[in-house]
Amino acid sequence: MQHPRGRMVSDMIKATEETLNVDGTQLVMVKGGSGKPLLILHDELGYPGWMTWNESFAHERTLLIPLQPGYGKTRRLDWIRTYRDLAGFYSHMVRDMKLDPIDVIGFSAGGFVAAEMAAADPRIFSKMVLVAPMGIKPEQGEIMDVFPITIRTHLRATVADPAGTPEFAKIYGGEMTPEQFEAFEDARAECARIGWEPYMHNPSLPHLLQGLKTPTLLVWGSSDRVVPGGCIDAYKRVIPAAQVATIDKVGHRPEIENSPEFERVVSRFLAA
Amino acid sequence: MKVGYFTERPVRWVPEEVILKNGAHFAVSNKYFDRERAADDYNYWIDENCYAEELGFDVVALNEHHGNPFCMGSVMNVEAAILARLTKKAHILLIGNPLPVLKHPLRMAEELAEIDLISRGRLITGWVRGAGSEQFFNNANPSYNREYFEEAHDFIVQAWTKPGPWRYEGKHFHYRHVNPWALPYQKPHPQMWIPGTLSPETVLWCAERGYPYFGLGTALSATCDLWEYYADEAQRQGYQAGSENFGYLVPAFVAETDEKAQELGKGFLFGGGQNTFARPEHTLPPGYNSKDAIRRLSKQPQGSWLGVSGEKLKATQVEEKKQLDAEEIHRKLLPGYERAQKAHQFVIGSPKTVTEKLKTIMKVLRPGSIVVFNVQGPISNQDRQNSMRLMAKEVAPAIKEFAGTIGLVDAITRPPRQSKIQAGTKRAPVSDKGPLKELGLL
Repeated sequence: MQHPRGRMVSDMIKATEETLNVDGTQLVMVKGGSGKPLLILHDELGYPGWMTWNESFAHERTLLIPLQPGYGKTRRLDWIRTYRDLAGFYSHMVRDMKLDPIDVIGFSAGGFVAAEMAAADPRIFSKMVLVAPMGIKPEQGEIMDVFPITIRTHLRATVADPAGTPEFAKIYGGEMTPEQFEAFEDARAECARIGWEPYMHNPSLPHLLQGLKTPTLLVWGSSDRVVPGGCIDAYKRVIPAAQVATIDKVGHRPEIENSPEFERVVSRFLAA
Repeated sequence: MKVGYFTERPVRWVPEEVILKNGAHFAVSNKYFDRERAADDYNYWIDENCYAEELGFDVVALNEHHGNPFCMGSVMNVEAAILARLTKKAHILLIGNPLPVLKHPLRMAEELAEIDLISRGRLITGWVRGAGSEQFFNNANPSYNREYFEEAHDFIVQAWTKPGPWRYEGKHFHYRHVNPWALPYQKPHPQMWIPGTLSPETVLWCAERGYPYFGLGTALSATCDLWEYYADEAQRQGYQAGSENFGYLVPAFVAETDEKAQELGKGFLFGGGQNTFARPEHTLPPGYNSKDAIRRLSKQPQGSWLGVSGEKLKATQVEEKKQLDAEEIHRKLLPGYERAQKAHQFVIGSPKTVTEKLKTIMKVLRPGSIVVFNVQGPISNQDRQNSMRLMAKEVAPAIKEFAGTIGLVDAITRPPRQSKIQAGTKRAPVSDKGPLKELGLL
């Protein structure tokens, strides 16, 4: 069996889970690969598992994927009441691990978190990739309200073509076990707790991002039903030097819907 | 025993097919709102509750829902205030104010104090967490639902009892100057009866405080279990729970004959009835349920709306509902109507039939109070009032007499927590499943 990038399965990198102590909190982190560290901030539905794109990047980078507090493995922290609080917690983690400045990829709500971290500390990231980021109210359109829909509807809305996206089956293969269902409900509950109002954005974020010099790449799928293009426009307005990579015919998960193209644009940006 | 009257004050003019196509009552577009009919009915519901008092009901009960033609009571305290002035004897029971979605407990403390003052101490207040759909309607963060509920309750009790001015800085609510100049007429404050649908967390919360728990048409066997659970906690708190700790609300409709009652009672199925209060995605918003409750739901072997069963979820899709017609849906609902009656969760019939069924409920659940919930749907005022009259004049006297013979006493007559119990003593049971066995309901 060939890996899409030509490596043999026997070369597959094993991701492990480690538990870190961040200010007294036991934070669970998925770690895999070798090379310069790369911070990955998962989306509002949680870490979906080690995918093809993770495998590709892990051959050259050490992927660090903290599992958000309240998402099952890391316990919920009551004092985190907003995405900005969560960003502050992750910033502590980055400083404690002496990782700064570090490259980051943030997905959806994870992009929101990365942007909050950059706004609070412009030197924390060497490069920032925001994939379909929430966090700023779109200039046009609306961020999909993912709370008054069932988890099944939500999951299916994250990709443009569920049947044509093989890796989507790893996230949602149809029927869910009670354990999977519970994990998704944990994620939804915590996302609602800290992102309910204002809905998945922070009105002060665009003001605090103004003048950010961190090289930034905004990635967006042209068929994204969750985060509208208006969010990308809003980020671009406050970070004018940001590059934009629009990937055609994919939805909210370009990293699994068109992994080769996602890997190409992100690798090129990170390598530059 | 207290016998109370309740109606959801349904919107009776919304076309049923609109509800069916929507898949639920919640989120039906308000483009169907008819101000003239609404004005008529808001006045009528006040009159109907006054009529309930005139007939001799001890309690008139109100509730509220939001964005939902299932219930016209959107701001129950407004209706309660009017009834406080117009009625003379009946207790005004609120089942209940949805504290988490109203978000302003100081204002709530003031409103309720005014109602209690105007009624000269006839308010029985109650709190609910609000249905799932209400969290969306009011944009109340469902992940904080229980925290809002508990903090708002604790604050209101303080606002009623602790001389001001004082400052309050809680987790979710903040007030610089708490010093309401409307305090309850009843001292230290009105009783609180907590309605619910058998959330163990809420049952426990009530037992810890000695608040009567009011089952809202809940399945009898499960209700027995939860009431014993209440009584266990009551014992830990040092008191013996009794009928004063429990109330039961039951959909009930009476007519001169069983046949007539059965026909009109089908109004309970209007628009799909209580089962279509809100669509699945609006019923349990994220974080609304405790982790334990989510675990219980996710392990239901038959699956549930939750997405565990794709088939069940598919069946609830709006698009598919659009293909069904009202008659077909009614046909499908009829077996449920019969099952609910067999289970005594709908009590419908002649005065004799209804009396016997209510007696069975009383034997099993031993509630100190029973509130009868009048029919839904486009049933005429005349038929509604006929049911009320038969209930008040023929059924209520019989069940009250029966209550006396089996020792059921309500919370007004015998406030909870009076009967102390020593640690290590065997407590008395608070329910009796015996009759359920005889009826094949176990």
